[in-house]
Amino acid sequence: MSIPTLLFIAFVIFMLLELAPGDPMSQMPLTIPPEVKEKMRLALGLGEPWWVRFPLWLRQFFIVEPQYWIDAIFGTNFADGAQRIISFQSRSPVFDTIAQRLPQTLWVVGMSYIVGVLIALPIGIISAYKQYSVFDQTGTFVSMIGFSVPPFFSGVLLIVIFSVQLKWLPSIYDTTHVVTSWDSFVFQLRQMIMPVMVLALQTTAQVSRYMRASMLDNLSQDYVRTARAKGLSESTVVMKHVLRNSMIPVVTVIALGIPSIFGGAIITEQIFKVNGLGQLLIIALQGNDIPMVMTITFLLAVLIVVMNLIADILYGVLDPRIRYD
Amino acid sequence: MLDNPAKPLVSVRDLKMHFPIYSGLLRRRVGEVKAVDGLTFDVMEGETLGLVGESGCGKSTAGRAVLRLYDITGGQIAIDGREIGDTPQSQLREMRPTMQMVFQDPQASLNPRMTVEAIIREPLDEHTTLTPMEKRKKVAKLMDAVGLNRKFAARYPHAFSGGQRQRIGIARALALNPKFIVCDEPIAALDVSIQAQVVNLLEDLQEKFGLTYLFISHDLSMVRHIATRVAVMYLGKIVELADRETLFAAPLHPYTKALLSAVPEPDPALARNTNRIILQGDVPSPSNPPKGCNFCTRCPAVMDICKQVEPEYREVKPRQFAACHLYNET
Repeated sequence: MSIPTLLFIAFVIFMLLELAPGDPMSQMPLTIPPEVKEKMRLALGLGEPWWVRFPLWLRQFFIVEPQYWIDAIFGTNFADGAQRIISFQSRSPVFDTIAQRLPQTLWVVGMSYIVGVLIALPIGIISAYKQYSVFDQTGTFVSMIGFSVPPFFSGVLLIVIFSVQLKWLPSIYDTTHVVTSWDSFVFQLRQMIMPVMVLALQTTAQVSRYMRASMLDNLSQDYVRTARAKGLSESTVVMKHVLRNSMIPVVTVIALGIPSIFGGAIITEQIFKVNGLGQLLIIALQGNDIPMVMTITFLLAVLIVVMNLIADILYGVLDPRIRYD
Repeated sequence: MLDNPAKPLVSVRDLKMHFPIYSGLLRRRVGEVKAVDGLTFDVMEGETLGLVGESGCGKSTAGRAVLRLYDITGGQIAIDGREIGDTPQSQLREMRPTMQMVFQDPQASLNPRMTVEAIIREPLDEHTTLTPMEKRKKVAKLMDAVGLNRKFAARYPHAFSGGQRQRIGIARALALNPKFIVCDEPIAALDVSIQAQVVNLLEDLQEKFGLTYLFISHDLSMVRHIATRVAVMYLGKIVELADRETLFAAPLHPYTKALLSAVPEPDPALARNTNRIILQGDVPSPSNPPKGCNFCTRCPAVMDICKQVEPEYREVKPRQFAACHLYNET
């Protein structure tokens, strides 16, 4: 089911890029004569119509690239020198560039997501259990801020406060930094705090709201009263009965939120100068680097579909009533 | 059983359960719903006290309050000689094995993500030190006792019918060998054919384990079938409490009379002759009960005093309690 979906998404992205105005040559100096530009266009493969180029891209993405990966791992020669997806800008294979940029993004984005979820879950649980308490009201206020303040504002605000005014943290994320000792580890932590927190604020706001709502739904259920009547301790009632039943919708939100956090990372990476995937995508867009944009966007689509699949599988694990045959 | 002077297992004195109403911008407390407003009754050991009343009169709240599933507003509750009226919930936990509850909605009151075995076993995990093997045996025994096939132990509640789910709920309540069980409309959500089965099961279990029931219901014929004594509630108060035969044969309180006249008569020949007492108007709001007797707005025999003074709840005839001014002057 997900494979036709992905093919369709690939087609839509391709056609959007194809039909959008803009020319990879537009950034070239005006001194280049038009006929040379035309030759460069042909050299990039832009002379062919879209119904030739789209299947070609599919072939490169699904057959040629995996062949190269297998070759790289096992030392075989399946690819046999076939044409890879090449970036217009850097003239190097798109996947090589992505592989260089991915760890930075994963570190920042992945860490922020984990931090965000870890903060959000207890907040959601406590807010629901002590509904309308001071804690709950504070949590509501903070998540409202998290929802409404975009990262390009909160990120800059953090830089102004902690880097410019207080001079506690570096404002630029140094991707060449390698952790070798305790000091360098501390430096890594310090440079990660701000981007991670900016992204985590968004995640926390969203996930804690869902957690709270879901807990409230379940706390008022009859079976919770049954559990109390059994004489179970409050912690067993909340953690075993209520929490387990409340996690199902929250897990979906968490799983489906992973791709969107990559989207949010594009902006945050710009602010903190993390040269990850987001920055790569922005530069590729500015330069009309169609293969790069196409590949990164499609990878995000794959991520969304995969996360949907994972959410479905987790449903089955968490809810014994759902069984997939 | 009626003749021996049984001692009360549960005695409730002036039980009050008021729920606050918050309203307005600042969520100020503007009043309270007097769901249960001064109940006094005893449940004798081994008997079934039926608690009847129309919808919204506070029956279920009373049942839950007696088991202290709520933090009550006032009054005393003694169960098995222990006062639990103001015990904090954490200390109440050790008392829970003696007092259990069968809930109204068998669908919602079972955790949908636990197997039947886990549901019945959980109280054992919490309150006993049995080995896993013994627990399994106990669960199987309980399932036998309530007439469930042991093979179904690994299934989830949604795989059962309503009647079967109620049996699960009963087995769960029985797991800790309680003395006192509050049955909160255990049959209201079931088909008529299943109702009889479940009621008979409850009776069998009572005989087998020597249980004491507080049986909450709005089904008068069911209460007539199962109860030893019956208490009638109206707007948070008991208006009459008497032995079953006495209450059904010679009710004192006008509300009880009206309630009993509403029971359908299966014999059409007799049905034509019954003159139903049809009450006018609606039940007043429990957040703003009328002055004097709660029933004065609808009572067919209302007097001036009813609108001024609240009638005292007292033993009008031997073993028959009522709260009505009609019987206070003589």
